[in-house]
Amino acid sequence: MNATMEKQRVRIVQGEEKQVEMENKNIVYKTDQLNLWYGENHALKNINLDIYENEVTAIIGPSGCGKSTYIKTLNRMIELVPGVKTSGEIAYRGRNIFDRSYGVEELRTKVGMVFQKPNPFPKSIYENVAYGPKIHGIRDKKILDQIVEKSLKGAAIWDEVKDRLHQNAYGLSGGQQQRLCIARCLAIEPDVILMDEPTSALDPISTLKVEELVQELKKEFSIIIVTHNMQQAARISDKTAFFLNGEVIEFTDTNKIFSTPSDKRTEDYITGRFG
Amino acid sequence: MKLINHTSVVKHMKPRLVINILFKSLFFAATLFGLLVLGILLYRIFTQGIAYLDMQFLQSLPSRKPEQAGIKTALVGTIWLMAVVAPISLSLGVGTAIYLEEYAKKNRFTSFIQVNISNLAGVPSIVFGLLGLTVFVRALSLGTSVLAAGLTMSLLVLPIIIVASQEAIRSVPKELREASFGMGATKWQTIVHVVLPAAIPGILTGGILALSRAIGETAPLVVLGLPLFLAFLPKSVFDMFTVLPMQIYNWTGRPQAEFQSLAAAGIIVLLVMLIIMNSIAVLIRNKYQKRF
Repeated sequence: MNATMEKQRVRIVQGEEKQVEMENKNIVYKTDQLNLWYGENHALKNINLDIYENEVTAIIGPSGCGKSTYIKTLNRMIELVPGVKTSGEIAYRGRNIFDRSYGVEELRTKVGMVFQKPNPFPKSIYENVAYGPKIHGIRDKKILDQIVEKSLKGAAIWDEVKDRLHQNAYGLSGGQQQRLCIARCLAIEPDVILMDEPTSALDPISTLKVEELVQELKKEFSIIIVTHNMQQAARISDKTAFFLNGEVIEFTDTNKIFSTPSDKRTEDYITGRFG
Repeated sequence: MKLINHTSVVKHMKPRLVINILFKSLFFAATLFGLLVLGILLYRIFTQGIAYLDMQFLQSLPSRKPEQAGIKTALVGTIWLMAVVAPISLSLGVGTAIYLEEYAKKNRFTSFIQVNISNLAGVPSIVFGLLGLTVFVRALSLGTSVLAAGLTMSLLVLPIIIVASQEAIRSVPKELREASFGMGATKWQTIVHVVLPAAIPGILTGGILALSRAIGETAPLVVLGLPLFLAFLPKSVFDMFTVLPMQIYNWTGRPQAEFQSLAAAGIIVLLVMLIIMNSIAVLIRNKYQKRF
């Protein structure tokens, strides 16, 4: 009974959002009644979420609430896990990503991803950034050079690495590696950037740099960021979704969710009473 | 009240330390035993064979007269054998490993295959000899050619290469694959550009060790019926040939002392080849080893 009421409330909140936002912003991702199972384990339950263009959407919640699962569903990375089943729909720019005709490769050229742990390839800095364009068939050295420079500048790491582009990326610090991974993601010129706890393995200064970068990137990209750091969500996001036990408990403007949450559980979580 | 009496602990310290030293010496002796036996073997072979080891020995065909006999046919035959075994076993082995690790779903069928590959690695080499005799020498009527022996040896070392390659591929962190998939790369692009470059040191090390096993194997070749005495060189993979271990086996079977010494010289040649191959494996591993 209670759960049904919560769901309705979420939809009402979302409904208001739509009316307010529809005028000037496009929906990038529309999630409709998404359910996901790992074998018998029902990990995502009736998720409904709309993600808007050029905004930062933060997903918060305690460990095991399904926030990482959800973000990995958005580019279908979750399918690498054996035994995953889904129902419902996620429309990316109006097209259901679960459609048979929609190839994952095509989807992932538009939706880039930055992972929890910096994961550069054991190649040079240049080769790391040029990897995406190369696999998509760009061979022209001049264009590749331009892409590499633009992407590294976009990830605010150009000045630090421009003199050692051909050195191994493993020589960079953890924070630099993560920004390199962001640059690598920018190199495929995506539309959306998914970030799965991108700063959880970084020191505070590197974290700050990545957060500033996110603010910069949202002018050009739509960003969805999973974080277990609530201050981070409050600092950098426009909208915040609170996940709990595989359900969206509340999804609204970040300001609102952190000042006047409408659900008791949200309030308990953001005030640090659990999680 | 204290439950441990420290004065008593100190008093009983001595026997504990003695036992410690005793076991240390025991294990050291065990190690020494192996080394000593190997040392004696090497010493005997070198003192016996080194006198016969010269360029003439390497460049001469076998002969009934010990002073004219050389190892050329066997040496060339071994190189021919490697030239057949290396490409066949590496391409089949690495291919199987890629399929099992990257493409195959984990189900009963693939775990059945997996168990059988591990079992094959433990099958005595003479059984592979019988297989080669039945299939390649007789059924496909390849005779005792380089090709028949090469195929047999490839089957023999295949399980070792598959297991080594699988382990090398498995050790590539999944985060790297995710990064590649996340940019829209296909599975094949990910394998070629990310997985294989990172796995290649392990694959090559395993491959070279497998090949050095193939160099030393004798039993399957005896079963295939390779000639013990051959006075001409193979010109193609369909020609008869012989290999170093066969030649050594032949010489050790002769009564004259000179042939015993020739056998020792042959063993030195074989050992040098093995050491060179193992060193290449170590060099590759050190040069390309990457930490993740």
